[in-house]
This record gives sequence, C-alpha cells and structure tokens, in this order.
Amino acid sequence: MARTVRAVMEAEPTAPAPEKLTVTLVINGRETRLSVAPWTTLLDTLRDRLALTGTKKGCDHGQCGACTVLVDGRRINSCLTLAVMKDGAQVTTIEGLAKDGALHPLQQAFIDHDAFQCGYCTPGQICSAAGLIAEGKAKTVDEIRELMSGNICRCGAYVNIVAAIQQAMGKA
Amino acid sequence: MTRIGTPASRVDGRAKVTGAAKYAAEFEAENLAYGAVVSSRVAKGRVVGIDLRDALGVEGVIDVLTHENRPRMARSKKAYEDDIAPGGAPFRPLYDDKILYNAQPVALVLAEDWETARYAASLVRVDYEQEAHVTELESQRDEAFDAKNSPKPRGNAEKAFAAADVQHEAEYWLPIEHHNPMEMHAATVIYEGKGKLTIYDKTQGVQNSQAYVASVFRLKQDDVRVISQFVGGAFGSGLRPQYHLPLAVLGALALKRSVRLVLTRQQMFTFGYRPGTIQRVALGAKSGGTLDAIMHDALAMTSQYEDFTEHVTNWSGALYKCANARYGHKLARLDLATPIDMRAPGGATGVYALECAMDELAVALKLDPLELRLRCYSDRDQNEGIPFSSKKLRECYRQGADAFGWDKRNGAPRSMRDGSELVGWGMATGIWEAMQQKASARIVLTANGHAEVACAFTDIGPGTYTMMAQVAADRLGLPLENVTVKLGDSTLPQAPVEGGSWTAASAGNAIALACEGVRTQLVRFARKVANSPLADAKPDDAALVDGRIVSKQDSSCSVSIPDAMRAANKERIEQEATAESNDDGKHARYTHSAIFAEVKIDEELRIVRVTRIVNAVAAGRIINPKTARSQILGGVVFGLGMALHEETQVDHRLGRIVNHNLAEYHVPANADVHDIEVIFVDEPDEIINPLGVKGVGEIGVVGTAAAIANAIWHATGIRVRDLPVTVDKILG
Repeated sequence: MARTVRAVMEAEPTAPAPEKLTVTLVINGRETRLSVAPWTTLLDTLRDRLALTGTKKGCDHGQCGACTVLVDGRRINSCLTLAVMKDGAQVTTIEGLAKDGALHPLQQAFIDHDAFQCGYCTPGQICSAAGLIAEGKAKTVDEIRELMSGNICRCGAYVNIVAAIQQAMGKA
Repeated sequence: MTRIGTPASRVDGRAKVTGAAKYAAEFEAENLAYGAVVSSRVAKGRVVGIDLRDALGVEGVIDVLTHENRPRMARSKKAYEDDIAPGGAPFRPLYDDKILYNAQPVALVLAEDWETARYAASLVRVDYEQEAHVTELESQRDEAFDAKNSPKPRGNAEKAFAAADVQHEAEYWLPIEHHNPMEMHAATVIYEGKGKLTIYDKTQGVQNSQAYVASVFRLKQDDVRVISQFVGGAFGSGLRPQYHLPLAVLGALALKRSVRLVLTRQQMFTFGYRPGTIQRVALGAKSGGTLDAIMHDALAMTSQYEDFTEHVTNWSGALYKCANARYGHKLARLDLATPIDMRAPGGATGVYALECAMDELAVALKLDPLELRLRCYSDRDQNEGIPFSSKKLRECYRQGADAFGWDKRNGAPRSMRDGSELVGWGMATGIWEAMQQKASARIVLTANGHAEVACAFTDIGPGTYTMMAQVAADRLGLPLENVTVKLGDSTLPQAPVEGGSWTAASAGNAIALACEGVRTQLVRFARKVANSPLADAKPDDAALVDGRIVSKQDSSCSVSIPDAMRAANKERIEQEATAESNDDGKHARYTHSAIFAEVKIDEELRIVRVTRIVNAVAAGRIINPKTARSQILGGVVFGLGMALHEETQVDHRLGRIVNHNLAEYHVPANADVHDIEVIFVDEPDEIINPLGVKGVGEIGVVGTAAAIANAIWHATGIRVRDLPVTVDKILG
C-alpha cells in the first residue's frame, strides 16, 4: 500500500519564499513599479502580475518565440529574461503596438494576409517582425524567412507571415 | 455584402493581432491558486511512497494532491469515457497508485504563484515499484492483435498479386508524432461555490469537457460551464479532455478556490500522439499500368488500457480501380499513453505509404507517376461499391500539374540540377472524408438588422468565427459586420468536438437551416405590413437580400426587415435549428487533392529544401477562399514536418520520450517553408449537404509527405521508406 508522507504544517516554512526586489519597467510607455521575486521571468510578470496576456507562453525555454517582446527596441524572448534584469527598461508588448485605436501596419498586414490561424503565436510573430524591421538586416524574402525562424507557427502560416511582413516593410 | 465564397478577413482578426483574444490560462480570478504537475519517472509499476515534506515546506505552497489525498472522483472506469474515447478503459489521473506510462501525472502541487508551484513540484519525492515495460513497436509484431475495424476485402488479392506482371512490395515506417500546438494545454477553473464551476479549458469540444467533468466529479451538468473561445491550436490533441482538466478541477475542489493549471511543453508529450506505424503495401499491376492487386497492412501502437484505431489502410479503395484488395490493421500494446487523432488521422499515415508505393510502382512500370494515377483512376468507391457525391480529382491532377509545370519533368532520378543542388519533382494524391455531424445553431435577429449566431463549436484556428458569420450573413442578406458570433461555450446550442474537417459542413448547414426559419417568420411579418407588396408571399417565394425581404419573382417587391418586424410588433426573432448528415449510404463522400513538390538537395551536404509545392484541392464549395487557403497552407506545412522533421524519440531502456521539447522535436520553422500554391478546383456537389460544403481542415496534410519523399527519390535516386527523411538517410 502506498504511503504519502505529509508534513505536519509547521509555523515556519523550511524553504521561505525568495525575497522580492523592486523594479521599474516602462511598459508600453507607462512606468510600472513592482516588487517581484528574482525567479520570476519577464513573461510571467507580464502575464500573471500585469494581466498583459497578449504575450504568450509556448515553451518557457526560448525555443518557440511566442513570448517575443521588444525591450529597448530589440526583440527578445521574455521567457528567458528575469524581470529583475530589466530594471528601467522600455518594454513594448503586443498591447502597446496599436496607437489610439489604429492598428500598427504589421497588425493590419497580418489581418490582410491572413498571417495566422489560431492566433497564439501571432503577438510574438508581430513583435518579432517589428524588431526585424527595426534591425534593417532583412532585405530579401529568404532573409525574412531566416530571421523570423525563431518564431514557430504550428498552424503553418509562414507563407502569409512573410507576405504580411513584406507589406509592412513597404509601408515602413 | 460578404457572401459565401468571398475571401473575407477573419472577424476575430483584430482580437488576435492586438493580444485581446484570451486563451484558457489567461482568465483572472480572485484568490487564484496555481498548479504544477509532478510527472512519473518510470514507465510501468506502481507508486509505493510519496514524500511531500520538502514540497510542503516551501512558503507559498498550499497543498499537494496525490492519489491518496485527492477529493473524490468517480470509481467506475465508464465515468471517464468521453465522446471520443476509443474502446477500453480511459486513464484516470491521480486515481490510484498504478503507473501506466512514463511521465503520467502522479501529484499536483498547488501554490500561491506559478514559480512556487513549479519549484515545489521538483521537491516531491516519489518511490516506485517498477515492472518491465515495452515501448518498441517493432518488438511487438508477433504479439499484435487484429483491430476491430479492419476493412473488408474484395476479390482475391494474394492470388492476383502472385500472378501480376509487375509487383511492388515494401514496408513504410512512420514514427510517433506529437501535435505540439503553440498553446500548452491549460485550464482555469473558477470556483463559484455551491457546487458550481466555470472552466476556461483548452479543448476542441466544450460540451465534451463539460460532460466529462460532470461525470467524473458527480456534478450536475448545468453546474459545470466550460468556455473555450480561443484555442491556441490543437490538431487533435484537444479532442479528448486531457489530464490538465480533471487535475485543475481536483485542485479547485480540494482548495475551494479557483485554480489555474498549465502544462509545461515537456508535459505536452505526456498524452496523445499520432501512433507510430509500420505499413506493408503490396501492389500488383498489369504492364499497361492498371492495378490487379492491393494489399495494405498496418501495425500500429496503442496503450495497455485503450484500443486506439484509425482508418489507415483502405484509402486506395476510393482512389484506384482494382478488383482485388485486402486490408489489415493490427494493434500492439505498449506502455505508452493512448494515441489520439492528429490532423488527418489515419489518412496522413496510410496515404503516405500508399502514395510512395504508387511512385515506386510507376518506376517499375516505367510510367510517369501522374500517368499511373490516371490509368488507375476510380469513378466508384470500391470499398462500398457506390459512386461519389462528387470527385473532381482528375481536375486536381490537371490544374495542379499545369501550375507546377509537371510536363517538363525528366523521369530519371538525378537527372535535374540547379547549380550544386539536385532537383527532384514528386507528386502524390490526397484524400479525406467529407463528414457532417449533428449540430445545432441559434440565430437571434433584432429589429435593427443585427444578427447573433451561436453554436457550441470551438474555433481552434480554421476560422470558424468567420465561417459562421459568413453563412449567416449570406442567408440573412446582411453585411458581415452586422453579424456577431458566439461559440466555444457549453451553454450554447449543441455541437460536437471540432475535428474531422466537419465543422464547416456541420455548423454551416445548421446555421443555414436556422436562417430559413428566420426567413419564414420574416415573410409572415412582411405580409402584415400595410399595403404589403408581399401580401400573398409564401416563405419560399422570398429571399433575404441587403436587409430586405425580396420577392423571388419580382425583385421590385420587397419589405425592409425593420418594417416587417415593426408590423408584427416584434423586437427580435429567435430561431434554433439542428442539422444532421443526409448520408443514406448511397454515395461516397470525400475531398481529394493532387500535390506536386519540388525539392532541392545540396549534392554534398544533402540538406533538403522543399522549394515549391502546388496543392490542388477539390473540396466542394469553399465558404471562405482566404481562410480555406490558409488551412491548406497549414496542412502542407504539417505534411512537410512529417516528411522531413517530426519524430518523437523514445529511449526504450527507460520507456521514456527523450526529445520532449521544441528544440529537439523539430517542427517546420519559417526558413523551412518556401513557395506553396493552393488551387481550389470548382466542385459543385448537390448531394453532400444543402450548402455543398466538404471541409478543408485535413486534406492539406494528406499526401504531402509522400509527394516530398517521392521528390527526394527523384532528386537522389535514394528511396527512404521511414519518415522523417533526415540527412543521414540520404547520404548515399
């Protein structure tokens, strides 16, 4: 017979919670001060603490790109970044791309080209594409494909994603 | 006006590109607790001890649930069966001490936040009594048993094969594949009190999840509401309630708090998958290129506790004329989780083997592979001995070949080059069932000319929101923006799981029928308008066009919807209708496709690039060519992964999946995908259902892997018969 050994709940935990640190993040232009445990990723901070669930979790290991956000203008995997590492940084998430209700050209291009299906990788794709355009390295279709390969789309919308990015590049 | 057949952009597009669309793990609740699953480290045996001291000692941990201390769950195995359950007894998570497969859940940590739950889960120590396990399919050839649904034979295939002018016989291997939708399976259970739960679940069937939870936890059906308005992909993985759902409910019931449970990517490899399969295909032909014999046998894996079976072997009966055929399907029990349908289940598997075998037969016959298909073309479904409701496959071959430039192909292997790269052109046929399931839809039309259409189907990505809105807008004569869609909620009119490519036909025809009810009422109301130009109109005499009820005989006779409703003193019309398949067994119902693939392979490095694919599809009426094209594109990419990348690897010594992450389980990335052209062949079908719709969710996958594998042979002269075709297999 199996036996589960359960602790008598003691007053003092044997492993206390990690001490929280205060960080200031400028998220979508808004200064946000919060106290956060050192082990909390930027991704979980956005999703669980700030209700900015547009940034998606697809693997938690930097392997899928669903959590891509722009930090100080550069695209990064927010699951591989601890929030405490980014004190003072400018963070742009998918929620911050549309301005005054007007979609960002990439957002509109994704709709125009049907560059998504389930929509789960989409915020990461769009943030990644924004980063790609800012980097200015991708000139050809093959370069776009190569430099967007950190963002997996399991629905397989790549052909349309590339077309959408080309449209937005034309406008940019 | 956005009618059926127009390429409308997705009505939920804005929600998806702005991050406003909310998925199962993204709903907030007061006092939310977070779960983390502890997975078994052995493949077979039982749990003999669980030490929770360290885990419970972590500040912020609320409780840890195991099979010993969990709240009550139903005892009968039957209570765990869902709509999609195969024969056998379903896995019951945290039910008892038994270990049925490696990495099954053995404990659930509940904590105040996710990080704490995850950390504490790493501190749960489980002792096992291990038993010997078996996870290798090939080792079980002699132990396998006949699956229940082996299709019936015709003629005498053995004899005809032995006597055939030309024979081809080979084995084709397919590894285990995992769906890996981008969203991990998750549930947020809102504990409402008084025995009520609202559950945001990642599922393909909200009513399936609802019935399961009510059954397993002995709750009233009405007290369990399951919502799934956005699903981050599923591909079959969400057809059955996966263990995240009962575990999250267990947590909520134990704590009397709301609970969120998200599986890790690693844990996405701890339930259903496309079963690994070994197929033998034997084809006998006359030297002129017609078939005399087909023998197709499959050996597939299932778990120790359920008999998962797909239709793998008899697709040739609907494709190729052949008087003699025999099909076999055997299952081998392994100490793995039960497989589950994965995009084009059975079809993707069986047609891969069949279409590679046809390619090899064409080589043996010295015939162009497309020409062989045409010579073997069947105008009847020989499995059932009936004609097709429609089959424009010839047209798929013609249009696909034209677009691809197939006539410029030099048939000899290694005959085409582009600089340092070998070029290969391959083709294959695709086929999938065109099914319709019973479903209900409700239309509420208000006097301001706005309609709400509701049905409990989920939208896992194909564009169900848009399709539903388009059918309603078309039939009600309203602009698309005047139609709102409600779906993915168990309180809505009945719908089955979203799968099998049946959603457009099932929901679409139910919506069309409900719209007819609305029209009937509107005509009745229109007659009441003072000096009504439709005073004598019967319901079928009028159509709904541009917000008006218009006489079919004389379009100048019409009444506006607001006027009609005012005359009847009505603010709203509500109509619900249920549509069922009209299948009387007299016609075979299939979608078809022809896939043409180009690969370029570096002569020395042997890296394969799929540079071009043309997929010509005949799938009845296409409701939305824009989203339907995306479905085919996605299906082709899925097939490309099958051909070149995807393979779940099991370490048979441990009975454990070892590449359980997206770095080592390869799926196609952007750079792997080049030009894909989708052609929809015109295919009117007045038999299949009133809308003439067949569905396109799966057909894009079927045949794609074979077309690529055949192209690789053409480029290299090397025939690889076990997927995926990785570099090591074509070094030569």
